[in-house]
Amino acid sequence: MPWGEFKDTVAERRLFQRRTVVMLVLVFVMLGLLVARMYQLQVVEHDVYTTLSDKNRVQVQSVSPPRGLIYDRNGELLAENRPVFSVTLVPERVGNMDETLAKLQQLLEVSEEDMERFQRRLEERRRPFQELPLRYDLTEQEIARLAVHRHELPGVEVAAELVRYYPHSELTAHALGYVGRINRQELQRIDPVNYAGTNYIGKSGVERFYEELLHGEVGYQHVETNARGRTLRVLERQNPVPGENIELHMDLRLQRLAHKLLDGRRGAIVAIEPSTGGLLALASVPGFDANLFVTGIGVDAYRELRDSLDKPLFNRALRGQYPPGSTIKPMLAVAGLDSGATTRDKTIWDPGYFQLKNSGRRWRDWKRSGHGWVDLKDSVAQSCDIYFYEMATEMGVDTMHHYLSQFGFGEDATLDVSGAMSGLLPSRDWKRAVHSQPWYPGDSVNMGIGQGFMLATPLQLATATSVLANRGNWAEPRLLKSVQGDRSVDEVLPEATHQSISLKDPDTWAFAADAMAEVMHGAKGTARRVGRNAAYRMAGKTGTAQVFSLAEDEEYDEEEVRERLRDHALFVGFAPLDNPQIAVAVIVENGGSGSGTAAPVARAMFDAWILEYSQQESLAALGQETNN
Amino acid sequence: MVHLDPVLLLLLFVLITGGLFILYSGADQNMAVVKAQGIRMGVALVVMVVFAQFDPAVFRRWAPWLYVAGVAGLLAVLLFGVGAKGAQRWLALPGLPRFQPSELMKLVVPMMAAWYLSRQFLPPRLRYVAGSFVIVVMPMAMIILQPDLGTSLLVGAAGLFVIFFAGMSWKLISAFFALASVSAPLMWFFVMRDYQKQRVLTLLDPQSDPLGAGWNIIQSKTAIGSGGLEGKGWLQGTQSHLEFLPESHTDFIVAVLAEEFGFVGMACLLGLYLLIILRCLYIAAMAQDSFSRLLAGALTMTFFIYIFVNVGMVSGLLPIVGVPLPLISYGGTSSVTLMAAFGVLMSIHTHRRMISA
Repeated sequence: MPWGEFKDTVAERRLFQRRTVVMLVLVFVMLGLLVARMYQLQVVEHDVYTTLSDKNRVQVQSVSPPRGLIYDRNGELLAENRPVFSVTLVPERVGNMDETLAKLQQLLEVSEEDMERFQRRLEERRRPFQELPLRYDLTEQEIARLAVHRHELPGVEVAAELVRYYPHSELTAHALGYVGRINRQELQRIDPVNYAGTNYIGKSGVERFYEELLHGEVGYQHVETNARGRTLRVLERQNPVPGENIELHMDLRLQRLAHKLLDGRRGAIVAIEPSTGGLLALASVPGFDANLFVTGIGVDAYRELRDSLDKPLFNRALRGQYPPGSTIKPMLAVAGLDSGATTRDKTIWDPGYFQLKNSGRRWRDWKRSGHGWVDLKDSVAQSCDIYFYEMATEMGVDTMHHYLSQFGFGEDATLDVSGAMSGLLPSRDWKRAVHSQPWYPGDSVNMGIGQGFMLATPLQLATATSVLANRGNWAEPRLLKSVQGDRSVDEVLPEATHQSISLKDPDTWAFAADAMAEVMHGAKGTARRVGRNAAYRMAGKTGTAQVFSLAEDEEYDEEEVRERLRDHALFVGFAPLDNPQIAVAVIVENGGSGSGTAAPVARAMFDAWILEYSQQESLAALGQETNN
Repeated sequence: MVHLDPVLLLLLFVLITGGLFILYSGADQNMAVVKAQGIRMGVALVVMVVFAQFDPAVFRRWAPWLYVAGVAGLLAVLLFGVGAKGAQRWLALPGLPRFQPSELMKLVVPMMAAWYLSRQFLPPRLRYVAGSFVIVVMPMAMIILQPDLGTSLLVGAAGLFVIFFAGMSWKLISAFFALASVSAPLMWFFVMRDYQKQRVLTLLDPQSDPLGAGWNIIQSKTAIGSGGLEGKGWLQGTQSHLEFLPESHTDFIVAVLAEEFGFVGMACLLGLYLLIILRCLYIAAMAQDSFSRLLAGALTMTFFIYIFVNVGMVSGLLPIVGVPLPLISYGGTSSVTLMAAFGVLMSIHTHRRMISA
C-alpha cells in the first residue's frame, strides 16, 4: 500500500457486498441446475432408470428339468440322475483368462482335451454371461481347493448339475443308448427355449427316441444378482416340469443273463414277448460303458473303443446285418405251403446236392451225404437244404418276397427302437436297380436257405419268429412298457401298422411250429441235444451264416480258418410251444454251428424266462390282484 | 470465552450426523467404516474449534510464510513424494504423519491471495491482479503435475474467488473467460492427458464403453434415477448394495442418498448445503476488514464448488473428477481441511471488534 494514502473501507465493503450478491445469484443458479438435473433423473426419467436398475439386479435363469428315469419291467432302475460337480467360467467376469486358466491348472487336473474343448467353446458364439464348463466330475478335494482360492478367481464357479448315470452301464448301453452334451447340429434342431437350461440330449437308443418325454419342460427363476453376477436370492420361480419316468419291457435279469451267455464272444441276443412285442432282452456283446459318453469321452478312450476288433460300439442286435441262413426256413416253409409250392406230404430225394435244370451248377447240402427221402417237416427239423433249394425254385423270388416281407424282413418294423436297420430282402426290382442284372434262378436257390443277397438283423429274426409264434398276428417290437404320469403308452408309441398274416389254411401255423419243435425234440432234430430234458416243449431253428463263401467244390477245414473267419452261429426259437411267452434270436459271431453254440444260449434264455422270471412276475401280479 | 458460531455449528452437526447414516448404507453397513469416519470427523471438529480461536490477524500475518512452506512442500512432493495409482500426492517426513501439502493449499492459497490483495487499493489494478494470478497459478500447476486435477481445480477456484471478490473488473473477467474458451481446444490437444480426455468423452457418451469407462456414470445415473421421488428407503438401495455402484462410500456417495431417499432427500441435502453457504456468505459480508472478507467469501465459494462438482459429476453433468462430497464422503484429509476452513470463518465472525461509526 502506497504511503500516505488511505483505503476507502466503505467503498471496499460495498464492492465486496455487490460481488457477494453476484456469487449468491450464481449459487442459486447452479444449485437450481443440480435440482433440475435431479428432477430430470428422478422424476422425469424415473421409469427408464428403474428398468435399468431392475435389469441390473434381476436376471432370469432357466432351471433345467430333471430327466425322466428309466426302469425295467420289474422296477429296476436303469438310468438315473446323479449330481456331478464341474468347474465353470464366465468369460465376461474373468479378468485375465490366461492367468485364470493357468491358476486352475495348478489347482485341478485339467487335461489337454478339457482345455481344447474349453478354448473351442470360448470361440463359439454364445449367450453373454453364459457359464462355460472347463472340467466335469470334480473330486471333493478339488472342490475344497477351489473354495479356498475362490477369491483369486473371479468368474470361476463350481456348478452342480444332475448328470445321467447308468448303473448297469455295459448291460444296457446298446438298448438304452445314452445322453451326451448337445452338439452344434442338435442345437439347431431343438427348441432353444425348452432347452435353455439343458446341457444333455439323448444321443441314441431309448434316450434318443423318448427325448421329448424324458426331457420335461424348462422352468424359470428370477434371481437377484450383484454386479459380479453372484446370485443372492430367488425372487420368483416357476418350477420345471420333470421328464416322465418310463418303464421298459426289458427284464434286467434276462438282459444280464444274455450278456453272461455271450461273455467273451461277439454276438447278439434279442428276446421278444410275442403277445405284446415287448423286448425282454436286447443284448449286443461286447457292450461299453455308456457313462463314459455322458460328460464327454476322452479321445484316447474313444479311439480304443472305436478301433477295437470286437467293435463294442457296434449295436449288433439292431444294426448287425447278417445272412439269416437256415433260420429263415420256418418262414419259407409257411410260404411254400401257403403258396402251393409244396405240400406237407411231398417228399424228395436228397442226394447231397441240388442242380437247376439246364445248368451245370450244383448247390450242395450242408450234409455231404444227403438226407435221403425227406418231407417238409423233416427238412426243417434236419435243416435239409436240398428241399428248400427246390421249393425256392418252385416259388420264385416274387412269392418269397411276398411272404417274407410280411414277416418284417427288409424293413424296420419296430415302433420305438432307435437306429434299427432294415436288412435286405432282395427282389427283382432291387437287383435290377442295384446290380443292373436280372434275377437269376440261382439267386432264388440261394435265397431258399437264407444266403445270397438276403440280410437280416437279429432283431428282425426275433420279430419274424415272434410273428410266427403268434400264428401270424403282429405285435411290433417295442421297448416302452408304460409311462408314469398323465400320458398313456398308446399315446406315446407310434401307431402300429402291420396287418396280421392271413394264410389260406391257418393250420399251417401249427405245422410250422411243430416242425420247429421237431428241431428241438425230434429224433433227428439239429438241436435235439439242446431240447433234451426240458420241462416244456419248445420250437427252434438253427442256422449258420457264412462269413465268406467257398467255391462249390472247395474243401475247407474249420481249424485252418482263423477264428474270425468262422461261420456265424444262429438260432431262432420260441417257447413254450403251445403258449409262446418268449421268442428269441441268437447270433454268435464266428460261433461255428448254430446247434452247438447258439441253441444252448437260447435254451438258457427260455429256461430263465419260462421257469423263473415270468413265473415270479405272474405270482407278483396275482399277489397284487388279491391285495386289491 | 470460546469463539464458535452456534448457527454454523448446528448446521454442520446436522450435515455430519446425517452423512454418517448415508455412509453406513454406502459402505455396505460396515460399522468399522462409520466408526473410522466418526473419529475423523471428531478430529476435524477439534481442528475447527482450534482454528476458530485464532484471531484472523494471525492468519494474515502467517499467510506469506505458510504459502512459502506450502509451495516448498509441493516441490518436495514432486521430487520425493509417495503415492499410489501413478500419482504422487503424499509427503512422508520423518517424525510427522503423512500428509498432502496440496490439501493444505486449499486454505493457504486463498489466505495468501487475500493477504496480497488486501494490501492494495480495491478494486486492484491490473498488475496486482496479475500478481495474484501468479500466486494462484503456481501451486495449481504444481498440483496438476502430481497429477491431481480435482485438488488443483479446488485450489485454483479458491484463489480466483479471492480475486473476484477483491473486485477484478468485469472487463478482465470477460477477457479471462474469453481466453479460457479459446485455450480450451489448445488444452485438449497439448495439455490434457489421455485419461482426462477419455473422461470428457465418456461424459458425452457413456454408452460407448458401458462396461469400462462408462460403467461408473451409467450405474450412478441408474442409482439416482431409480430412486424416484421418495427413494427406495434407507439401506434398500439395490444399486449400491448389490455392488453395481462403484465408490459408493467415497466419491459416489451422493448416488446412494439419491437412490435411497429420492428427490426429496436430494432436495433436503442441497437445502442444507445452501443454508450453510448462506450463513457463511453472511459471515463474509459482516467481516470487518478486506482480508477477512476476501478469505471468508473465497472459502465459502470453494465449499460450494465441492458440492457442485461432486453432484454434477455423479449425476452426469460434469466429467468424472476426484472430488468428494464435502463432509459426507468417506475420507479424512478433505474433511479436516474443510472443517479448518469453517474454523477460519468462525474466527472471522467471532473476533469482530466493536467499531464506533
